[in-house]
Amino acid sequence: MAVATTESPLEKALPPPGGRSWRSRRARWDLKFSPYAFVSPFFVLFAAFGLYPLIWTAWTSLHKVELENPDQSTWVGLKNYTDLLSDHNFWNAFRNTFQMGVLSTVPQLMMALGLAHLLNYKLRGRTFWRVAVLSPFATSVAAATLVFAQLFGRDYGFINWVLHFAGIHAIDFQNGTWSAQIAISVIVTWRWTGYNALIYLAAMQSIPAEQYESAAMDGANRWQQFRHVTVPGLRPTIVFTIVVSTIGASQLFGEPLLFSGGGSNPEMGGVSRQYQTLSMYFYERGFTDQHLGRAAAIAWAMFLMIVLFVLINTLLARRTRSAK
Amino acid sequence: MLRARKRSAAAIALLVSGAMLASGCSSSKSSSSSTKTTTDSGQQITLKVGLFGTFGFKEAGLYDQYMKLHPNIKIVEDSVEDEGQYYTSLQTHLSAGSGLDDIQGIEVGRIADVDQNLSSKFVDLNSLGAASLKSNFYPAKWSAATTSDGKVMALGTDYGPLAICYRTDLFKAAGLPTDSAGVSALWPDWNSYVQTGLKYKAKAPANQAWTDTAGGTFNAIVGQSANQYYDSSGKEIADTNPAVQNAWNIAMQLSTQGLTAKLSQFTPAWNQAFTTGSFATIACPAWMTGYIKSEAGAMTGDWGVAKIPGGTGDWGGSYLAIPKASKHQKEAYDLINWLTNPDQQKTMFTSQGHFPSSQTAAQDPSIASHTDPYFGDSPLGQIYAASAATIPQAVLGAKDGTIKDTFSKAITRVEAQGQAPQASWTKALSDIKAATSG
Repeated sequence: MAVATTESPLEKALPPPGGRSWRSRRARWDLKFSPYAFVSPFFVLFAAFGLYPLIWTAWTSLHKVELENPDQSTWVGLKNYTDLLSDHNFWNAFRNTFQMGVLSTVPQLMMALGLAHLLNYKLRGRTFWRVAVLSPFATSVAAATLVFAQLFGRDYGFINWVLHFAGIHAIDFQNGTWSAQIAISVIVTWRWTGYNALIYLAAMQSIPAEQYESAAMDGANRWQQFRHVTVPGLRPTIVFTIVVSTIGASQLFGEPLLFSGGGSNPEMGGVSRQYQTLSMYFYERGFTDQHLGRAAAIAWAMFLMIVLFVLINTLLARRTRSAK
Repeated sequence: MLRARKRSAAAIALLVSGAMLASGCSSSKSSSSSTKTTTDSGQQITLKVGLFGTFGFKEAGLYDQYMKLHPNIKIVEDSVEDEGQYYTSLQTHLSAGSGLDDIQGIEVGRIADVDQNLSSKFVDLNSLGAASLKSNFYPAKWSAATTSDGKVMALGTDYGPLAICYRTDLFKAAGLPTDSAGVSALWPDWNSYVQTGLKYKAKAPANQAWTDTAGGTFNAIVGQSANQYYDSSGKEIADTNPAVQNAWNIAMQLSTQGLTAKLSQFTPAWNQAFTTGSFATIACPAWMTGYIKSEAGAMTGDWGVAKIPGGTGDWGGSYLAIPKASKHQKEAYDLINWLTNPDQQKTMFTSQGHFPSSQTAAQDPSIASHTDPYFGDSPLGQIYAASAATIPQAVLGAKDGTIKDTFSKAITRVEAQGQAPQASWTKALSDIKAATSG
């Protein structure tokens, strides 16, 4: 820690020469220690809100602890982790998280790329469109989800009302597996597409115009320009958004939690856990069933999975870059 | 949710403070002691009351009445719609020792958890003089909130005697009787309830089901038995208890024969279905009548109340407890004592449909003679009083609430997802095992 290094041996090694004034000594200290003081807020905050919970969670995950009496714990070693391996609810949540991650991230990033490309044209009222694209992101998860839950309602929902004109029978979105997961992915996609589009747009504007001009001179049409100039130019940005979206998707919580629109135990993600994500399963074990130790094991398993996913992403990205 | 909370501020109470001191002395022992606090300190005390669902104190005007009697008390209610979410956050606050209200509502499915696991976090009400109230309450209600070493954790607000609420207009259209006695005679037992449902289904339009969800029926049938999810030694017996098995079988008959509207209780879709008439009957504990009135709104005379098959049973009913973290335990006790006094319980029944947990109040003639034009003047009071008088003294367990929720979900799996009953049952048992074992 930065704080620990402040007791510098140099300070003792240099005896204060009698002629030196207090002022110059202070100036010297200032030079030596101030940088640490300036960066210390980050480290102190990180230690309090990042490192300590991380370590505490790791410690808890090796114990049997109940939320009602968090002071009493029994050492169980790795049992909470080995239990997870045979816990089919855990793997169900894992599968759901992965499925909804793919269902929301892939269309979301593709649509964002397309939107950014459109916004990059010289448009009338450009600022308006940019703000409009970002506005879903400014909506709260709760508000958006509750509105969507109404839209996807079985008996009185707008979407089933529209489908009924197409001769399609009312879909019970909440109680189906795929229907629920698709509906939730729609909410996630709706909220995040504009955000990613603006990131892509920013990156697009840093691609030199000459590249487009020379491509145009070579006879490339808009689509070919997009494929051969824009996409390669955006590659680092695309990798960044994939990594961020992957992390976001693996922590999916608010949308599926509120999707049932009420009722008991929303964290179970439907009556047969058909849209329960890992975060919801963690919440259920920790706060509904009160088994803190088991919840902590899930949290750590999630953490390791995210690290693994990000590593795989980075490796893939590096491979595609070197293949070029 | 959408229920409007129309309540003027407590400002009026302050205006009349001086004059009301005298009248406060006249009522009871407890209120006179709290009046003394007023004269001692003269300080304004805010009591926070944390509740779930609809307790109805506010709607019945009891807070306003109490604040008029006790000008130094200001009552602030903070209420959560769903009990499951409410209880989870209450447990979290209890273990953190912060964020607690002065008074916390406890649902009957959780009271055993409070007795067995949380007794150190709530005030023993005997220390504030609750022992003298014992004879007021139904013995089952009182003993459920008493720990094995005799501490009283909470005072009961209401009781959940059972009936069936039905739609008279839909019954008429289907050629069934519509008067309460005639409807009660249709179903002496649960099998005849299912049979009547099949008859109804044959005549009713396709989008009108017999009942909202078999989950409600399941809860009602389990509530008719003394042995439910735990035996008297505290062992969880959901998988072996024949009473649970029987409730499950009836629920499965309803679910697999298309007699339910496939709804989940306490969801927005369920709330809407009260008005739209997608179901004709619902297992109806006394507090549900208040819920129906608030959800279904302007349907006076379209609802009726009939006897429950099997005659008696209990579902729900809540308690008020005081966390040790409260800084105003004495004042909080005075308030819950007043709110659960027979007089207030009578008001709660006639205005909100919450049946008294006080047997003194329940024996009052005004209870048995109570009818409500909203329910077509069905003999509400008589039906619920008869049901309450014979409720078996149930054995409660720490995770009753969780087990009940798990079975509700298992039933919805069969109803709405078409899962095979046996598979859903097996899954429910494994979920219960995971939730109840560390």
